[in-house]
This record gives sequence, structure tokens and C-alpha cells, in this order.
Amino acid sequence: MKAFKILFIFLLMLFVTPLMATEIPLGAEMADAFRADGKIYVVVAVIAIVFIGLAVWLFRLDRKISRLEKNHKS
Amino acid sequence: MSTSTSETSAIVRHWWKIAGVVLVLYSLIWGMLGAVPRLFVLNETIRNLYYHVTMWFGMMAMMGVSLFYSIRYLNKSNIYDDFKAEQFAFAGILLGLLGITTGSVWARFTWGGWWVNDPKLNGAAISLLIYFAYLILRNSMDEEQKRGRVAAVYNIFAFALLMVFLMVYPRLNKVDSLHPGNGGNPAFSAYDLNSSMRLVFYPAVIGWIMIGTWISTLGFRIKKLEYQKMMDSFSNNGKGIESNNNIL
Repeated sequence: MKAFKILFIFLLMLFVTPLMATEIPLGAEMADAFRADGKIYVVVAVIAIVFIGLAVWLFRLDRKISRLEKNHKS
Repeated sequence: MSTSTSETSAIVRHWWKIAGVVLVLYSLIWGMLGAVPRLFVLNETIRNLYYHVTMWFGMMAMMGVSLFYSIRYLNKSNIYDDFKAEQFAFAGILLGLLGITTGSVWARFTWGGWWVNDPKLNGAAISLLIYFAYLILRNSMDEEQKRGRVAAVYNIFAFALLMVFLMVYPRLNKVDSLHPGNGGNPAFSAYDLNSSMRLVFYPAVIGWIMIGTWISTLGFRIKKLEYQKMMDSFSNNGKGIESNNNIL
């Protein structure tokens, strides 16, 4: 359980730290307007949903195989 | 009560799958939102470091595990080690194909061509062909012990060639490469791959290795079930033609 707490805190730190590093020096062309519009979050949400969908599918497949293994043993 | 304990133990057993999903999800989100250095030519495509380069790191890890099981098969002749070697190589090839496709798209918009004559690209293509041959070689043999041994020996050669083509050859000074860190080019550290980029990149690599391992183990478990079923029907030979028909 303690290992879980450490893992959780580690993951939380991973998510928070990049937030603190958002200095924007001028120079090469970047998608600043795209980001300023705020619409980038829509794309990020779509990517996240697609990946979560794939992950759920993998978990279901994993469970199905576990059930087959259980049936085979008995 | 008993269901809740079995559920928690399931979470404990599968923690690395959950961690893999969380790490990759984190890299997908912060790869897009996090701060990156402003560089000419690369522009925002520097973010592909999180999505393209991680495929190759994942592939090399999968091939390394595949090599491990091949060597173990040669030592112990356990058929399950051979199955594992095959499945890890399979996941590695999957990641490699994704790496080569995404690299092609990236090259089109930064180097100006879908395929440029770069030693790392050609090396990657050759290594993938070598691993395709590994799968074809396996499928060409029916006798399981012979297949296992020949495939294991070939896998050792394949891994050595992978290292030469991806890690040694592109780094030679006489070779010109567009890839950072190769052919006299500075590595990403010289491009000020700042700490916030490392903070997305390394978790992404670890996450993809976990997911690659997950996919490999799923494939292995299916193969193992098929094998056990086949063995069962062999031992039930006397019970009738029906079970024999299933194998043939």
C-alpha cells in the first residue's frame, strides 16, 4: 500500500510540474495563436478519449483471456 | 467481502498495466500542452519526440526481451520461452512499423521528403526486414523444437544486426545523418532538450514499454491456451475422431 502512495505522488508530480515551466521566449514560429484560442484543449481531449478507448479495450481483452484460462484449468 | 479482496489483488497484480496507460496518457496530454524550445525548421514538430522517438525506444526494449527469452529457450528448451520470444518480437515489429511510418510523416515536413537517404532510416528499414524474416522463418517450420532452436539462434543474429544498424552505423563519423546525435550531429541535449521535455519523454518511454509488454503477454497467453488445448486433445486421443479433427 505504501508503494501505491509513492507511485500516486510520483504521478501527481509528473502532471503538475510541466505546468510550472511555461515561459515563452520569442524566436521560431510556433502555434501561439492556436494555443491562445484555447482550442488546442479540444484536440488534446480527442486524443485522450481515443487512447482511453483503446486502453479499455485492452483491459476487456485481458479479462476475457483470464476467463478462458480459468475455464481451462477447471 | 471476498469479491472486493479479489478485486484489489487484481489491481495489485495488474498495477503496471494501469501505470503504463497513465504514463502514456500523461505524455499524450503534456506532450501537446507542455513548453518546448522554439527552434527553426522543427517548430512545433519537436513534440514528435514524445510520439515518434518513443516508438523506437519501445521497439528496442521489446526486441531485447525477445532476445532474453530466445537465449533462455536455448538453455532450458521450455516451449513457453519460445512463444514469449515470438510475441515480444511481434510487439517490437508493431512499434517499429509505427515508428517508421510516423518518422516518414515527420521527415516530409522537416527534411522535405517522405523518405530521405539517411543511414538511420535505411538502417531501420533493414532491421524491420530482418525481423519480418524472423517471423517467416518461424512459420516455415512445423516441428516445434527445431523451429524453436533455429528461431532462437536467428533472433540472436537479428538483435546484433539491429544494434549495428540503429545504434552503431548511423553514428559513424564518415556517415552523414540528419538525425540528432548521429553522423557528427549534436544530440537533443545540444538542442536544449530542457528538463520539462525530459519530464514528458522519459515517462512516455516507460509507459510504451509497459504497454508493449502488456500486448506481448496477451498474445503469449492466447498461444499458451491454444497449445494446452492441442496437448489435451492429443492426450484424449482415444475419445474419438472429433478431438482429432480440431487439430487438423
